[in-house]
Order: sequence, then structure tokens, then C-alpha cells
Amino acid sequence: MNRVFLFLPLAIFLVLGVYFGLGLREDPSAIPSQMIDRPLPVFDLPGIADGEPGLASTDLAGHVSLLNVFGSWCPPCEIEHPMLMQISRSGRVPIYGVDWRDRPGDGAVWLARHGNPYQRAGDDAQGRVAIDLGITGAPESFLVDREGRVRFHHVGIIDETVWRDVLLPRIEALEAE
Amino acid sequence: MRQLARLFLLFLLPALLLAAPVAMAAPEPDERLQDEELEVRARALYRQLRCVVCQSQSIDESNAPLAADMRAVVRERLLAGDSDAEVRAWLQTRYGDYVLMMPPLQGNTILLWFFPVIAFLIGGTLIVLFVRGQSGRAAPALNPDEEAELARLREEEGQS
Repeated sequence: MNRVFLFLPLAIFLVLGVYFGLGLREDPSAIPSQMIDRPLPVFDLPGIADGEPGLASTDLAGHVSLLNVFGSWCPPCEIEHPMLMQISRSGRVPIYGVDWRDRPGDGAVWLARHGNPYQRAGDDAQGRVAIDLGITGAPESFLVDREGRVRFHHVGIIDETVWRDVLLPRIEALEAE
Repeated sequence: MRQLARLFLLFLLPALLLAAPVAMAAPEPDERLQDEELEVRARALYRQLRCVVCQSQSIDESNAPLAADMRAVVRERLLAGDSDAEVRAWLQTRYGDYVLMMPPLQGNTILLWFFPVIAFLIGGTLIVLFVRGQSGRAAPALNPDEEAELARLREEEGQS
């Protein structure tokens, strides 16, 4: 009987080893979103260039939409950009842009060079809307339902796979509500 | 030379280590609030709030742009008349418990908070049990031959 207990430390070690091993596989930078099922924060951003329309939270009411946070300073946003253009061309869902922490005019230059996938884009030079949305980096995207509630939060690049397997099924479900 | 090294270890090194956090303080000079009392509260809050892009740093230590924005939010909330708890809650509703440097005491953190106490109790119990077990197995008394030998040895040493 006592001999069995001798193996107890080894057993505890193995259990902890597996537990911490699994913990290592988790991404510590992935913070669970607090926005899900909450109404979009109220904001009214100016346009990214003179004479361009801005973006207000009320613009997203009444239809399912994709809200995308980007910046001209953000290399992953450039990787994501062709996919946004493709979604925009397909007309499947309107995309709205929040230009996060850009210097004045930089966002507009960036969109002129790469193409503009956004119905409307707002200039969040102070980064307040980004904090209101709980943003930790760019790009990040939200699915917003008809009532203007955030229903899904995607951290990172939207690529073909994310669009097909994650976003599109959810958009269909939201539209069917 | 060795004395110099000792002097360094004893005085200079601790002094340098103590000075380091002061030297690293990140908030920019133009971030100061006019109201001295609010500034003190703001600095205390910076240290309690986590920079959400730099994991183990508070927004007081971090020079990430997002941390600067979060410090600005803290100042705005303070100027708007929020209490310290309200400022923390404001960021907590946007970034979750994660934004607090000190995890709140609640259902899913009970183990985190009390495991040290539990581990201490388990370890303490095991030590007590072990020591008791040892004292039960105390060496048997000496037999007459051993007593005589002990007495002889003590006499040799001039102790008895």
C-alpha cells in the first residue's frame, strides 16, 4: 500500500506537466472580447480626408455589417486588404472602416493607393473609438447585427479561410434572424 | 579590489535596482495633469492597469501607443470627475478583468488567490506527520554494555 503512495509525486508531476503543456499552446495575447452581444459604442468620426463622409455608429444600424479597424502603419492590414477588396466587390456585406491612429491624410493616401473597400471610413486619430471597442491591435473586425449590436469579434487578418469558414456562415445566420 | 566588489554588491547594486523603475517610468512629460492631486491618482491608476498589448507591463511602464491612449483615457475620466473605481470599471467593461494588474477576487480566481494557503496547509500537515512518525521510532535505550562504554569514553574525555 505504501509503495503505491511513492508514485504519488510522479503522478502529480505528470498531471501538472500535461496541464502546463496545454497552457503553452494557448495564445496569451488573445484576450476574450467583452463586446459580444453589446451595442456598438456610440461614436461619430470625421472622414479620413477633407470632404469625405465620416463614420458614425448610427451608419451601421438597420443592416448586418462588417466593421474593420485598420491603419496605414499596419503591415498585416496590407496583407488583409486584397481580401476586403474582394468582399467589397462581391457586395455580400457592407464594410465600414475605422482608421486607427493614423497621421492626418495617411489613411486616405493608403486607400487611394490600394483601393477602398469601405462604404464609409472614419478617422480615429486619437484612438478613442478603438479603446471603446476593446481593440488591442490592427486589423480587428466586428460583425454588427441589424440592431447595431456587436455579435462577433475577429482578431487578426481576414483571409480566404476566415471569410469562408468563420465570417460568411455567421453573416448568413445574422441575416436570417 | 575585493572590497570594492563587496561595496558594489552591498550598496550600489541595490541602489541601481531601486532606481531602475523610476528611470523607466514611461508617461511623457506633457501628459502631466495640472491638478497635483489628480496627477497622483492618475499615476496610481496607471500602475493598476495592464497594457493590453504588452502583457506583463502596466500602462505606467509601457511606451506602446495604445498604453499612451489608455493613460489619456484615465486622465479624461478623472477630469470628468470619475472615482478611481469608476475609471477601472470603465476600462474593465472594454477589456475585461485582464486589464487589471491585480486579479479581482471572484469565482474563477478563488483557486488563484488561496492556493498558496492550501499548499502551505498541506505541506505543514505533511511535515508534522513526518516529524511525529520519526519521534515514534526513537532509538531504544542503551544496554548495560553500551552504558559502560559510554561512561568509559566520557571519563577519557574528562567530561563526567
